[in-house]
Amino acid sequence: MSQPSRPLSPHLQVYRWQVSNTLSILHRMTGVALSVGALALVGWLLALAAGQGSFLQFSDLFRGFVGQFLLLGWSFAFFYHLCNGIRHLAWDIDRGFDKHFARKSGLFVVAVAVLLTLVFWGVALAGGAA
Amino acid sequence: MNSRSPLGSALGHGSAGSGTGHWWGQRLSAVALVPLTLWFAVSLLGLPGLDYYTVSAWAAAPLHAILLVLLVIALVYHSALGTQVIAEDYIHTPGSRIVVLALLRFAHIALAAAGVFSVFLIATRAGA
Repeated sequence: MSQPSRPLSPHLQVYRWQVSNTLSILHRMTGVALSVGALALVGWLLALAAGQGSFLQFSDLFRGFVGQFLLLGWSFAFFYHLCNGIRHLAWDIDRGFDKHFARKSGLFVVAVAVLLTLVFWGVALAGGAA
Repeated sequence: MNSRSPLGSALGHGSAGSGTGHWWGQRLSAVALVPLTLWFAVSLLGLPGLDYYTVSAWAAAPLHAILLVLLVIALVYHSALGTQVIAEDYIHTPGSRIVVLALLRFAHIALAAAGVFSVFLIATRAGA
């Protein structure tokens, strides 16, 4: 390889910030967050398999402020990545790819993700499950 | 399903060296994760509590155990493919890129094994 100074994809520095690239980056960031979340999910299953003591210890990690903040972050990341992922799947079958529509669907997806996060926590807190 | 063009099939794998396999796997796992993750979220909300006995009994039911295994596999597979692309995009030094890609692959396989085995333990223990 004799081309060390060529810009490499996806050279973020040449973009002007706009809805499309912001949401695209957010999709990746929430994806990484959810990969860490997968680690926590498997940790939760491991703790459950290990027995009552381990499960209690693991659950305690998420009772404090930091733990609840993490759960809130993961829940939003999940709902955003889910909704925007469906938007991506629609693009894959050539639906909604028009520039103006894509901008609107992007803002819609963020609104739905925020709404679903609020509903999720509303139900969780009302039921006392959290 | 083979989503390659006839010419693509004839010539080989394209410039990335892997054909459409990665792309297609990411889409299939995404589609699978829509019902699986929603089922998981709604199930947790529906439980009367998240204490050891409630969660154990719930996870040990055969249908729930099977769905949990499917969730772990689809989630870890999707995560493996996604983080792989991010590493390929942002790590430009060939040496560290290979190391990170290998570690990501190992970590994801370990995660899948741990998750599936845990569900197996939970289901067999509580079923006895």
